[in-house]
Amino acid sequence: MIRVENVTKHHFGRPVLQDISLEVPEGTNLGLIGPGGAGKSLLLKIVTGLIEPDAGATYVGDTRVQGLGATELARLRFDIGMLFQNYALFDFMNVADNIAFPLRQEGKLSEEEIADRVQAILEQVDLPHIGHQFPNELSGGMKKRVSFARAVIPEPPIIFYDDPTAGLDPVTSSKIFRLLEALRDERGVTSVTISHDIQGIKGICDDFALLDRGRLVFWGSVAEIEACEIPLVRQFWQGFSDDVLG
Amino acid sequence: MATAPRKMLRSVGDSFLSWSAEAGGMLILTFRILRSLFPPRLDGPETWRNMYRVGVKSFPIVVVTALLTGAIMVIQSGMYIEQYGAYGLLGWGAGYSVLREVGPIMIGLMFSGRVGANNTAELGTMMVTDQIDALRALAIDPIAYLVMPRFLAMILMMFLLTVVGDFAALLGGAATSEILLGVDMNLFFWSIKEYIHLSDFTHGLTKAVAFGFAIAIVSCHFGMTTRGGAVGVGRAVNASVVGSAIAIFVLDFFITYLDL
Repeated sequence: MIRVENVTKHHFGRPVLQDISLEVPEGTNLGLIGPGGAGKSLLLKIVTGLIEPDAGATYVGDTRVQGLGATELARLRFDIGMLFQNYALFDFMNVADNIAFPLRQEGKLSEEEIADRVQAILEQVDLPHIGHQFPNELSGGMKKRVSFARAVIPEPPIIFYDDPTAGLDPVTSSKIFRLLEALRDERGVTSVTISHDIQGIKGICDDFALLDRGRLVFWGSVAEIEACEIPLVRQFWQGFSDDVLG
Repeated sequence: MATAPRKMLRSVGDSFLSWSAEAGGMLILTFRILRSLFPPRLDGPETWRNMYRVGVKSFPIVVVTALLTGAIMVIQSGMYIEQYGAYGLLGWGAGYSVLREVGPIMIGLMFSGRVGANNTAELGTMMVTDQIDALRALAIDPIAYLVMPRFLAMILMMFLLTVVGDFAALLGGAATSEILLGVDMNLFFWSIKEYIHLSDFTHGLTKAVAFGFAIAIVSCHFGMTTRGGAVGVGRAVNASVVGSAIAIFVLDFFITYLDL
């Protein structure tokens, strides 16, 4: 389970997250939605301990992330996979080495086993022949899928997906969403998915939270968001535009 | 207080705070690097990659710079040597200045411009594109994985390049003395052998190690603290080159003064 308790964060004196509290039960997928700049990616970085909040705390299982020493934090992060919004692929490694990187760091598998796992995941994301290429030779959509492959290959019990289908065509997007669903249903992965593709994540998330300008506007189940009367939530959920976004 | 003096005072205060913050950051980075040496957690492939990038790739430019530096030293001192007919001192004059001062300084500045700037740009780009965060998210300590190999590679390669550069400079000087001044090479090398001490050579190498250390710390610090996209990377590279040059001259002053 992931728990966020009263998290507040300021950037240059401006509040970017204000008193956020929510929970993600084990084996479920929380859809984190909201306008750009609402603080969604920042919240994920706080949960993984990459950024310290000004106030509040986050928990992974029973472990309080804030205040952990470097060794404990590293141990915790072995259990968390993260797909970054802007890919964060290592420029100096080719695709196969990027994907293999977490497995090599774990040091549990032989090079042959790693190569097999890498090829299998590349096939799953429809990129079977690009292992030798470098990130700067790929399109945005391809980078996204490689980044996705790197996040899921060590099979962590918790995965954060930051906009996993940005820049992808509808068919590939759908395939990625099915993969996320399979990871949850077959391996019991606990996850948080940030996405602007509401239609895509409607079917794969158990709960939804909507952030706007650093505030948690809504947090609840699919049934609750369907029935929600808050204009911004309705606007996001139904995908129409009016004056709510200002 | 009048507005202008107050503004000036504030500006001086801001600059002092900013310099102190950077110096403090570099000190902390140094401690973190030293701490990660015990026990050593060094990534082999990343270390070799940096040794190659920093050392082998810099080799041609260092050799060319050193050859020309040696030649220039001989041309400069040649005027006086000819005036006084002191041909037996030509090797000593060129060798003394090259080994103790000009060699390490020239190679240090070249190294800072080529390797230090490149290092800051690479680490800075990794910062602004979340690659450093990705490493941390994968439970990898960026200091041990990225900074340590660069730190070791820069110190070791600066030392080795200075050794190579010293010999190239003496060779350049000897060739120039023979071709342009008509002074026999043997006389040039005899002069070096006779008047140059091992301590002159090691004095220059001490500087090389100190410069390598400074360039590594400065370039890694500015790289690892880069913020603000492409503009931020440009700013960081600029700060790194300026900071390294200042560090080189300050260290040079103290090492020369203390005759280390």
